[in-house]
Amino acid sequence: MSKLVASIREAIEKCELRDGMTISFHHHMRNGDYVLNMVLEEIAKMGIKNLTVNASSIFDIHEPIIGHIQNGVVTGLECNYMGAKVGKAISEGVLEKPVIFRSHGGRASDMEKGTSVIDVAFIAAPTADDMGNCTGKLGPSACGSIGYAFADAMNAKKVVVVTDNLVPYPLVGFSIPEVYVDYVVTVDQIGNPAGIVSGTTKITRDPVGLRMANYTAQVIEASGLLRDGFSFQTGAGGATLATAQYVKEKMLAKGIKGSYGMGGITGYMVDMLNEGCFQALLDVQCFDLKAVESIRTNPKHMEVSATQYAGVSGKSAGVDNLDVVLLGATQVDLDFNVNVHTDSNGYIMGGSGGHCDTAAGAKLAIIIAPLTRARLPLVVDRCLCISTPGKTVDVVVTQRGIAVNTKYGKNAELKEKLKAAKLPVVEIEDLKQKAEELAGVPKPVQLGQKVVANVLYRDGTLLDVIHAVR
Amino acid sequence: MNIKTSAAAGTLESSDAYVMVEPSDTLEIAIESVVYNQYADQIRAGIEQVLDQLGVKTGRISINDKGAVDCVIQARVETAIKRAGGEG
Repeated sequence: MSKLVASIREAIEKCELRDGMTISFHHHMRNGDYVLNMVLEEIAKMGIKNLTVNASSIFDIHEPIIGHIQNGVVTGLECNYMGAKVGKAISEGVLEKPVIFRSHGGRASDMEKGTSVIDVAFIAAPTADDMGNCTGKLGPSACGSIGYAFADAMNAKKVVVVTDNLVPYPLVGFSIPEVYVDYVVTVDQIGNPAGIVSGTTKITRDPVGLRMANYTAQVIEASGLLRDGFSFQTGAGGATLATAQYVKEKMLAKGIKGSYGMGGITGYMVDMLNEGCFQALLDVQCFDLKAVESIRTNPKHMEVSATQYAGVSGKSAGVDNLDVVLLGATQVDLDFNVNVHTDSNGYIMGGSGGHCDTAAGAKLAIIIAPLTRARLPLVVDRCLCISTPGKTVDVVVTQRGIAVNTKYGKNAELKEKLKAAKLPVVEIEDLKQKAEELAGVPKPVQLGQKVVANVLYRDGTLLDVIHAVR
Repeated sequence: MNIKTSAAAGTLESSDAYVMVEPSDTLEIAIESVVYNQYADQIRAGIEQVLDQLGVKTGRISINDKGAVDCVIQARVETAIKRAGGEG
């Protein structure tokens, strides 16, 4: 027996994909992914219409999806993150039906709860055997963890593994087992690993960024959480990486043995593991090729599914035990709500990813962002979109002051600790005022009536909507 | 002060502005900005203030603003004008 089929077309036919169904993709190849475009192009040629695409993330490389929306092949879109190119088209109203945004944990859990039903999942697999055992750790297009694809594999009605590196059965060290897979298809290339490294994955040299990082590391230290057993997640932004560097130095200097590092994993977290700051890394996706190499070779660098990372459908998740998470923001409002979905003009250029999941789970959720970005104040009266509710956010660090969220009857003690550490603690209103003194008060952005996206919280409830731009 | 020749000041870095001035029979101000929706009025007012102070009555002032604050915009405009007209 073999599950190998000759082409993507044959796999689509055998899966009996019909008008109106939902197909899914994962995004570990990030901006180097070829599979989503390849599959949609074939579907378009076959004349299938009215599909919903549920992709864990949409990157700029997926721009051709705009054409498929315009010609009716794709009429629904669900994702956890959307890059600025497709985001602009969505914000301008190209899609009739609102996009559904979820978080990384929420997407997996909605599939497991059955509230998000996938008819056919296409899994870009850097290495697979002909029965569908597959992994991201090996092969010419290795991307490391394929943590977001587990929920798709386990819950979709039909599962197609797409690989460019077919190996003899059984694949040693598979991530997703054959039990979930219906068909396997080989293609020339599933993607370009160089595209995995996207966005800022280098430590900032900008003095503003370094000052924010320095403050943030001091906040972590003053919080009392930086002790043996410490668990930590950072993103891949320049200032958060610089913070990780400072945290590493403090841990090494004091001989602190942390528990785990989690999230999208960069080479900086790998260094922390290798230098003894953590017992293990829990990796749901690799942000650079150093992380890919590490997950392949170091047993302490472990792959986790989106559910185990951040879901609400399991009996527990990694985020539940997280001490500190460092997060970004395009806007923060006076209630500490955070926007990471839209820019200050209301254009979609991001998404929650694991933002709201980790903020909800972590003991200390820190937002790091400059007081103004290209003149626009970070702190506003009301975010254009609430991506993460303020009640789950603890501290906002800017280069001009640190605001502690005491609005929800918490963090009073933390605030005193930060003051005692001589950190520049201010109120969130002060950050808004300081920015406006420098930059002037921005004229409020006028948005259209049409709702172009619904933002679901990790538990599946509606958190906010995003309006079209004018 | 007159704009006798074309000149420029500034950069296209984030939080800066690139200002070009050219001779013209009328006064024209062209604003392009990443924060146009939020700050266009303030940018125009800032430029007009510099033109008033320097007594510039004619010329074409084009700004490509990458989110500079008022004092930066005004410094760039002033420099471009002085480069175009010579001091005194």
